[in-house]
Amino acid sequence: MDRRKSIKTLVIGGFTISAVAEACKLHENSPVAPSDKDKDAILSGLNRMKEEVANEKRIGSEPAFFTPEEMATITILGDIIIPRDEVSGSASDAKVPAFIEFIVKDMPEHQTPLRGGLRWLDLQCLNRFGKAFKDCNPKQQMEMVDEIAWPKKANPEMKRGVVFFNLIRNLTATGFYTSEIGVKDVGYIGNAPYQWNGVPEDVLKQYHLAYTEKELKECISFS
Amino acid sequence: MGDLQIHKQPKKYDAIIVGSGAGGGMAAYTLAHAGLKVCLIEAGPMFDPKKDSNQLKNPWDSPRRGGGTKFRPFGDFDGCYWGWEIDGEPYTHVGDTKWEWWRARMLGGRTNHWGRISLRFGPKDFKRKSIDGLGDDWPIGYEDVKPYYDKIDRMLGVFGTNEGLPNDPDGIFLPPPKPRLHELFIKKAGNNIGIPVIPSRLSILTKQINKERGACFFCAQCGRSCKVYGDFSASSCLIIPALETGNIDLVTNSMAREVLTDKDGLATGVSYVNKEDMQEYQVSGRVVILAASACESARLLMNSKSTRHPNGLANSSEVVGKYLHDSTGADMGGIIPELFDRKRYNEDGVGGMHVYSPWWLDNKKLDFPRGYHIEYGGGFGMPLYGFNWGIENLNGEYKIKGKQKEAGGYGASLKEDYRYFFGAHVGMAGRGESIARKESYCEIDPDVVDKYGIPVLRFNTSYTNYEINQAKHMKQTFSEILHSMGAVITWGGDDDINNNYGLHAPGNIIHEAGTVRMGNDPQNAPLNKYSQAHDCKNLFCVDGGPFVSQADKNITWTILALSMRTSEYIVDEMKKQNI
Repeated sequence: MDRRKSIKTLVIGGFTISAVAEACKLHENSPVAPSDKDKDAILSGLNRMKEEVANEKRIGSEPAFFTPEEMATITILGDIIIPRDEVSGSASDAKVPAFIEFIVKDMPEHQTPLRGGLRWLDLQCLNRFGKAFKDCNPKQQMEMVDEIAWPKKANPEMKRGVVFFNLIRNLTATGFYTSEIGVKDVGYIGNAPYQWNGVPEDVLKQYHLAYTEKELKECISFS
Repeated sequence: MGDLQIHKQPKKYDAIIVGSGAGGGMAAYTLAHAGLKVCLIEAGPMFDPKKDSNQLKNPWDSPRRGGGTKFRPFGDFDGCYWGWEIDGEPYTHVGDTKWEWWRARMLGGRTNHWGRISLRFGPKDFKRKSIDGLGDDWPIGYEDVKPYYDKIDRMLGVFGTNEGLPNDPDGIFLPPPKPRLHELFIKKAGNNIGIPVIPSRLSILTKQINKERGACFFCAQCGRSCKVYGDFSASSCLIIPALETGNIDLVTNSMAREVLTDKDGLATGVSYVNKEDMQEYQVSGRVVILAASACESARLLMNSKSTRHPNGLANSSEVVGKYLHDSTGADMGGIIPELFDRKRYNEDGVGGMHVYSPWWLDNKKLDFPRGYHIEYGGGFGMPLYGFNWGIENLNGEYKIKGKQKEAGGYGASLKEDYRYFFGAHVGMAGRGESIARKESYCEIDPDVVDKYGIPVLRFNTSYTNYEINQAKHMKQTFSEILHSMGAVITWGGDDDINNNYGLHAPGNIIHEAGTVRMGNDPQNAPLNKYSQAHDCKNLFCVDGGPFVSQADKNITWTILALSMRTSEYIVDEMKKQNI
């Protein structure tokens, strides 16, 4: 099997993509649902037992959990948490909002904290700025985020917002760093056949370590 | 459903084996190669790692990024179907006791995803009662099992080193991989405080041992099962090759219901329900070998009642289901500031630790009677669901690139933090011996059946101060190791007497054993020293059930050795026409 090809199919044909595309069309009230072709592409990628296939199909056929307005807010927050920088792209570049849409269906324990947190955020903004978070200007949005993004110095009244922001930060990061862009960013190297020959010489030196003679004699070495 | 009827398979087998994990796989392999006709019944579907492994998938290939589901609690790529719960197959508990029961349903069972930690029991491990007065001695000793350990070392492959330790016997080892960076830190710390850290002993092929199996290519994903059969699974290394003998009829997706017996009390076969067509079947054979897991085998025996066996089969002693015990477990983790901002390179290595600590102390000087070994983890791992979860508890604690930051945050600065901490984590887990006690048991729940109408197990297990004191000692040890290596504890450091020092609930370590134990006295053991039922000479059990005690070692290598020993005994006894 051509693995690269199958991955490409998954990434391009995956409903993660369609979900983001839908999320960007905020004026349309269309549900975030994958086409049958997309679903097949996802299901064919991994080994699944019968019961798992049924479960994936069930999740895939559920209507969108988040409203377009909620998705817009998740997208804005995601890109505040993980913006594009000199190393890599942003959360939305890595399709994190669609990942979050999927994961709340797969792990329903996240549903109420996220929905409630998003509502809490909108109410805060409504009281302060007369608008929902997504309709505030960037300066107002950052003013709000700064109230809840720093757990240790946040005003105790903002505690609920802090808890929500911790969750959205963790979900955004987990979605980002498990994407192709994020894995490259954080510098994980592996998941490919190779021969482990021990810690590289320069790294051993850096930490003032060395393999013992016993190890060098007994352990497998590759030339 | 159409008309319900019992389909009787006309073919009479030499052996019927229930379960295809380590014990059943080894029995099937040994008997099929001896020319016996075998029917192998497995509750789950066919699984061939070559085709079915999720090896080398990237995190983004999973919509949940490798997160767990009830179908794969260890993650979306893990090589095990089902785990702590199975739809339509409940189990119950007495009161608020807790036994966490892992059940795999697939060819090869749990061996497709297990940790490959392949430790021989030592001489003392068979004779614990003689040493500390607790539990019981095995009716056999290390010298009885050693030849089989030797055979499986050669046949299946295990890496490690001969250290000449008194109770961690040497073996026939392939060369181990060199320690990773964090493992060198652990070794140095261990040396400083007198805890041995030696090469681990895993059944992974650092060198090719035969044409059927490839050598390890160091992807660290043994848990997904190996497409080149570079590690041991009962599917890839025993059953699939043994199918080529033509002597095995493999019946998958079939749940054994009962062991059938005749008027003399001898086993005649097995009845099972086929999960696909929901029809009832019976197969007959000269011997029946249970290898369905310690608890499932006990369940089958207790559900096989007859006039000759009113307590269930092989249960005149009434100890089937009793003496259920698991390895103890407690864990701790930390972060090594010296490893912040590490140079990146591929350190995947084999699937699991390259070093471990065998038990090193004398229990006579301690307030708990049995030992534990320590397993280690850490370094650069593939980012998966949950990656660096809780960064807000970490990034305000350390200077990052020379700057003290506020905890939490967002933006380019946060991205820098994730890069900075990657690869600096380390974790350790103690896996110890608990005392097998009659009071910890499983039994048939009088009220509950599963969706096939089979009465289910009800568990009643508990730990004593022995296990709690051992967990306390583990935690102290972990804390010393972490401090000695300059690490800061980030989890598992707050446990105390109120939560039994983080001691996992029994069952959680997934080393169930003891429910169909062996012993010379038929009044307190269902099996004799060959794992043959005292009450029914053509019935055998070759999973974790026969274990009298399970040592501070993972039990798979001993299940394999004992299953091979029992299988050779069966062939001999058949030749002698004793069974």
